[in-house]
Amino acid sequence: MGRKLLTEHINVEGINTFEVYRKHGGYRSVEKALKTMTPDEVVEEVKKSGLRGRGGAGFPTGMKWSFLAKPEGVPRYLVCNADESEPGTFKDRQLMSKLPHLLIEGMITSSYALGANTSYIYIRGELLYVLRILEKAIAEAYAAGFLGKNILGSGYDLDLHVHPGGGAYICGEETALLESLEGKRGNPRNKPPFPAVQGLYARPTVVNNVESIAAVPVIVNEGGDEYAKIGVGRSTGTKLISACGHLNKPGIYEIELGLPVEEFIYSDEYCGGIWKGRELKAVVAGGSSVPILPKELILKTAAGENRLMTYESLSDGGFVTGTMLGSGGFIAMDETTCIVRNTWNFSRFYHHESCGQCSPCREGTGWMEKVLHRLEHGHGHMEDIDLLVSVAKQIEGNTICPLGEAAAWPVAAAVRHFRHEFEWHVTHAKEAAQPGAVYRTNAVLA
Amino acid sequence: METTAVKPQFSEAAQAEIKRLLTHYPDERRKSALLPVLHIAQAEFGGWVSPEVQDLVAEVLDIKPIEVYEVATFYTMFNLKPVGKHVLEICRTGPCMLRGSDELTAHLERITGAKVGGPASEDGLFTLKEVECLAACGFAPIVQVREKYYEQLDTPEAVDAMLTELRNQVHRPALPWEETGLPNALANN
Repeated sequence: MGRKLLTEHINVEGINTFEVYRKHGGYRSVEKALKTMTPDEVVEEVKKSGLRGRGGAGFPTGMKWSFLAKPEGVPRYLVCNADESEPGTFKDRQLMSKLPHLLIEGMITSSYALGANTSYIYIRGELLYVLRILEKAIAEAYAAGFLGKNILGSGYDLDLHVHPGGGAYICGEETALLESLEGKRGNPRNKPPFPAVQGLYARPTVVNNVESIAAVPVIVNEGGDEYAKIGVGRSTGTKLISACGHLNKPGIYEIELGLPVEEFIYSDEYCGGIWKGRELKAVVAGGSSVPILPKELILKTAAGENRLMTYESLSDGGFVTGTMLGSGGFIAMDETTCIVRNTWNFSRFYHHESCGQCSPCREGTGWMEKVLHRLEHGHGHMEDIDLLVSVAKQIEGNTICPLGEAAAWPVAAAVRHFRHEFEWHVTHAKEAAQPGAVYRTNAVLA
Repeated sequence: METTAVKPQFSEAAQAEIKRLLTHYPDERRKSALLPVLHIAQAEFGGWVSPEVQDLVAEVLDIKPIEVYEVATFYTMFNLKPVGKHVLEICRTGPCMLRGSDELTAHLERITGAKVGGPASEDGLFTLKEVECLAACGFAPIVQVREKYYEQLDTPEAVDAMLTELRNQVHRPALPWEETGLPNALANN
């Protein structure tokens, strides 16, 4: 069993209260940072830790922090992205509802490092019940002197607020999130200027995922170098993986980066194998927008190496034979899964969630959904398969924000690895349109 | 769209909560409170935001009505038509589909008599709404009702337990700033 840096105490009774959290070593990073470190020293530790953004993009957190503009006399903000909406991803909800004080501690220490005196947690509107939990915990932190004016006598002031969204996947994109926090539609902004220069209220702003912020306390407590010892290469530390789909034990697992994918799926310590004694067919390893891989390619790279749960190993082979770690939303599909139906479902999602600002995405996601719908329902043509690839290509790279890519990649990858299954939906249209119909083969799917 | 006869007013408890929320943002950025205030409005006025309610929100935040309309129509959580007493938001996205959300939807349509996207069931109790990923994929299939998640609804028994619980709710559960969960709109009836 690997080390648990974030979730070690997650099942302790009462850990959601300030008192119990504190008794288990909570808020030590705030004391250490505010009393013994300069803000820049905190940034330095985060840089040394090698922590990469846990929301999906994997951009180094310390580097993102160092881009923050610091003009004299201008307020700057830290905003936590708790808009967890990527299909397959449900780690932040669990972390916040069970360990609210871990996120709050991370927000205080990180806000200090960035020189923010007002910070926000933007949480998706569906999670209002988690917002209530966080607000209660924040009130406790104020009462204990960890928030508000002159925290622990250090002279540092911080106000922390939780802000709900209203139901829109696009608000997980950081500039859409900032628009939403300003009370507007979640339309992503053109960049530059980047949020680090002009973010919330046109002030310098850092936006970080819940899990990234939650990793800051342990980095400050133990030091960035210690944190970086865990993991493999540029994939340092631990990662929360939310596993779902056709697994015996779906759930949230904190793993040390570097764990073999095969062990994660089949070991009883983790997902315990595929449900109902069935065979694994395919995996979407990092949330719905990353390329789907057939069993053969998720367990081993094209070169025959064991695939590991790291940013590098999962993307080995590029998009031809690899995928991405993404948000850690791990969706397993058994042999009864219809790939065409699943791809149509994801396309419907992206079409529904496109903000409509850029025509390639607004129209393209609609076309992909339509074409996939007709393939799935027995009205498809052979040309439709290449049409899908062509539409996906025309969306990619032609939109303001990455929702375009997020919509295009799953479709392109499904056709890449399961083309025969799309073809079967044309040649056996009637059969394929039956509810529960699925193409089965023992042939190598790559 | 249906209209309410009298101009809606926020309850005192809601007004106090809105005042508290406004302290979270810079004075000149009152508009930031729009989404949280829309959530309060929907809870106060029977689970949906009518044009009159949206106008009220604009007035409270001192912004133009169009600024509320464009936001209320963008985000999927705000219901723009009257709804039943309980809105069942069924997740339909991939991971839930893999664990039976299509079957769950069909089952709910059968036993409530309501249709997804249609009006409430004849007894006025249930509105069915399909939504996208609710971030609880490991506990699929899922239904959200107001602030509560009902998880692992993969057996008729689990679904029955949820519906029984909802049928037995006289009023919606109270929110943190309220003393009772009695929605303003119903109290006025």
